[in-house]
Amino acid sequence: MSTPARRAEIDARLLAALGVCGVVVMLAVAVAIGTVSVPIGEVWSALRGVGDATTVTIVRDLRVPRALLAALVGVGLSVSGGALQGTLRNPLAEPFLLGVSGGAAVGAVIATALGITSPLVVTVAAFVGAAFATALVSVIARVAGGGSDTRLLLMAGVVVGAFANAAILVALADAPPERLRGALWWMMGSAADATWGAVARLAVAIVVLATPLIWWARDIDVLAMGDDAAASLGVDTVRTSRRVFLVASWLAAATVAAAGLVGFVGLVVPNIARAVGARHHRSMLLVSALFGAALMIGADLLARTARAPADLPLGAVTALIGVPFFLLRMRRLAA
Amino acid sequence: MTTGDARDRDAAPSSSGTTAMRLRIDDVVVQYAGSAARALDGVSLVATPGSMTAVVGPNGSGKSTIVRALLRLNPRIRGAIHIGDSSLESFTPRRFATTVAVVPQREESLMPMLVKDYVALGRHAHRSAFGALTAEDTHHIVDGLARTGMGHAVDRRTDQLSGGEWQRVRIARALAQHAPVLVLDEPTAFLDIAHEMAVFELLDTLAREGRTVLLVSHQLNLVARFASHIVLLHRGLVAAAGSAGEVMRGELLERVYDWPLVVTRDAAVGALSMLPLRGSAKRTR
Repeated sequence: MSTPARRAEIDARLLAALGVCGVVVMLAVAVAIGTVSVPIGEVWSALRGVGDATTVTIVRDLRVPRALLAALVGVGLSVSGGALQGTLRNPLAEPFLLGVSGGAAVGAVIATALGITSPLVVTVAAFVGAAFATALVSVIARVAGGGSDTRLLLMAGVVVGAFANAAILVALADAPPERLRGALWWMMGSAADATWGAVARLAVAIVVLATPLIWWARDIDVLAMGDDAAASLGVDTVRTSRRVFLVASWLAAATVAAAGLVGFVGLVVPNIARAVGARHHRSMLLVSALFGAALMIGADLLARTARAPADLPLGAVTALIGVPFFLLRMRRLAA
Repeated sequence: MTTGDARDRDAAPSSSGTTAMRLRIDDVVVQYAGSAARALDGVSLVATPGSMTAVVGPNGSGKSTIVRALLRLNPRIRGAIHIGDSSLESFTPRRFATTVAVVPQREESLMPMLVKDYVALGRHAHRSAFGALTAEDTHHIVDGLARTGMGHAVDRRTDQLSGGEWQRVRIARALAQHAPVLVLDEPTAFLDIAHEMAVFELLDTLAREGRTVLLVSHQLNLVARFASHIVLLHRGLVAAAGSAGEVMRGELLERVYDWPLVVTRDAAVGALSMLPLRGSAKRTR
């Protein structure tokens, strides 16, 4: 068995290596390109604080944190989406289907409505809103069905999300334009306000929340086969799926708190990882994390350069990338 | 390790290397929410080590409900299930999976896996979250694949297997669990004659090695040949239980299956055999 086992490992490692290369290349490109272009050769010296002062500031204070924040958002959403798809046995599940988005937006909008201007406090409010909405989804599903019927979770997520959206629209009905703009920032996503502090906060959240998901990857393999198989292989289906659901949702909530709602990434990237050959959830989550990071750096690069000096909403760019991907998948399915 | 576990281990080991354990189901009642009828209405049965026990009956008679009750996936409102001397409730999910290996009837596949990874999931309850496969894990995985004749397919993807290969790989996964009790729900559903016979012969061997084998099947004639104890279910009740001679009775099967049939002793193999007649025979008889 040892030889074939090693061959499969190399496949997963090759994917991971490709992902790492992708992230490094995208990072270098994203730091070099912009209104002021920085030659790749100068990026490294600027990082060390050597050279033209303006270039150093652009690289160190603007572009690197922005690219890193985008990358981390990609990691968080992709790992969250991959874990949820496995647990809910649904390749179309994504974090935002389960109430996270609506909850985060409600939290941010309430904080803004209370006159809070500190970005840090608004961020925390968004996370709390998302965590609360996720818990609410879990409770509704439990009260409705008790067991581990994953369809109930999805339905509860749709209900909570719809309610949150309605609440936001009501709250914003007579809002002044600048508050509307702030709300739009949450609903469309952006890495434009990236700071090193935001990067550090999201990095910590990802370490804390993505690690357990990767730890539970084999449980997710088993859960993905259905309740009967999971129970026969020694997994407590109800408890384990609830645990994965909560942690994955909080992970998505952390990305929302950092950069607003960026749709499609959590949906598309795990599907790409499966399509290119990830055969179990541990490799799928790791490959998704790397692919998600590379994809998001690219998406953010497009967002700030496509119609420069205007910054396009990140969520719009990821949707534009996601749509052709889905059309391709549909063609493959039909064939 | 609980005291119950220690006590179970005192039982005589069988030649399979597993500990002999009896599976006892007592007066189990299951009723699904929103359903007026009980899916199981006081079913009792005992599956003993070293023999094959079969549960047969028409569609909807409660066969799969027994398996799901064992997996604790349906609302059991009365009755007890014991594995060895321990009540089912005392088992953690992990200890259950190392004691009872179940091949469920249905299974979803979101992500195609490699056959070797899939069969390795049979060792899930034996392993830690990040630990590599031990020599013992590998031994049982290879053994499961070899006994089901799927050793050649370790590098194939589960979504590229034929229906028959898929069933055999599922049985291989259950064998990798190396549990003293083996429960299979329609394991020969998609198999041709040769592969179906191979599965029955494998189960027969596993039983002779000392395992407790509980088989849910529609194959009355093969069950009559291979099983030492047959439980016939009808609308959630035990209609008959015992040897093939006690269950394979024409008028009983005709009533339970609601179809005209005859039971004869097969001249070639000497086993009792059921032959369904044309539906028109219902009116003429």
